[in-house]
Amino acid sequence: MSRVKLTVNGETVSREVPDNTLLSQFLREDLRLTGTHVGCDTSQCGACLVHVDGRAIKACTTLAASMDGADITTIEGVANGDNLHPMQTAFNTHHGLQCGFCTPGMVMAGIDIVTRYQAMGQPLTEAAIREELEGNLCRCTGYHNIVKAIADAALTMSSTAKAIQ
Amino acid sequence: MYELKYHKATSVADAVDVLGKADDGKVLAGGQTLVPTMKQHLAAPSDLIDIRALSELQGVCIKGDALVVGAATRHADVALHANVCMHIPALASLAGGIGDPAVRAMGTIGGSLANNDPSACYPAAALAMNASIITDRRELDADTFFAGMFATDLDEDEIITAVRFPIPEKAAYAKFPNPASRYAMVGVFVAVLDGDVRVAITGAGEDGVFRHQGLEEALAESFTSDAVDGVEVSEEELMGDLHGSAAYRAQLIKVMTKRAVVAAG
Repeated sequence: MSRVKLTVNGETVSREVPDNTLLSQFLREDLRLTGTHVGCDTSQCGACLVHVDGRAIKACTTLAASMDGADITTIEGVANGDNLHPMQTAFNTHHGLQCGFCTPGMVMAGIDIVTRYQAMGQPLTEAAIREELEGNLCRCTGYHNIVKAIADAALTMSSTAKAIQ
Repeated sequence: MYELKYHKATSVADAVDVLGKADDGKVLAGGQTLVPTMKQHLAAPSDLIDIRALSELQGVCIKGDALVVGAATRHADVALHANVCMHIPALASLAGGIGDPAVRAMGTIGGSLANNDPSACYPAAALAMNASIITDRRELDADTFFAGMFATDLDEDEIITAVRFPIPEKAAYAKFPNPASRYAMVGVFVAVLDGDVRVAITGAGEDGVFRHQGLEEALAESFTSDAVDGVEVSEEELMGDLHGSAAYRAQLIKVMTKRAVVAAG
């Protein structure tokens, strides 16, 4: 057992966890944040993506015990109250989901991709989006609308940032 | 995953100490291979010693004519690091092609080399540049470090702290990724150091990463993709599996070598 103290979606959380608890289990079962999904057993599908200390990582491939001191954002934390995150709005506008199972991971990946490319000052092309989504599998949509959603959000996210400045 | 005891190391010395005292301990860095392996019950260490946050194992710097990468430096960071991009861009490109973005956000070079997966990318880079693998107690040459599939020369409680790459005159890495897993079905790293050509091949050998003498000799005479045509790459001791036969991998070796030679310039 280890005690972990971390921040999840802006709130401080402190729990004792068995050392073999995965972060995905901790979020879903201990914190009842079930938006983070478990889609495969093999760390390939990306449905479990969360942001830890600014990076998108696979919660199913991380031990909760190793997250002491971490700052975590899950899909439940990306909206601003009742206002959807621009990435969520874009997925809505472009019909970037069907069953919704991969969607939390896709949204978290999308936000990470746009943020990284903006930080690098690199243009986010369709080809780049498809490459960056290699770790996110979708069985329903064929990816086209997901790619469109992320490309659209890349424009709205950057204009939001500029407006804040 | 079976039960285990988790330890967060406070220093490399602390990590070595805890590792030495554990029944069956393993080092945890990025966990991108170890955690999935444990989830499938293919590994069941009694103790995990987490070294991910140790500052002594982070960072990339230039020391003389070599690039030194801290063992716990993540693939995503190697791929973007100014020192790597400027001095060994082939290494940045290799790191940027491992797994997927989330894997690259956690996976580390030390973990990749210590694990020595026969289809991992970093072993090819280390062998092609004859990197020095620096541990808590000694330095090992890449030429003798890799001891077969999933095996290295490391002692049970020995921890890689950094990897030193001599900066090559030219280098490139060409990988044919498995379309699903993105592991190297064949990955060829070609490097020219002090006029010597070294060709290291991963993804293909039954014993893990290896150098190919025929390719090295041909390229030493003429560093061109045409020179590869005349080289015979034997199927013997190459992996054959559902992804590709040994004969296919032998063919891929030649194709990837040609691409690497062209990319190296």
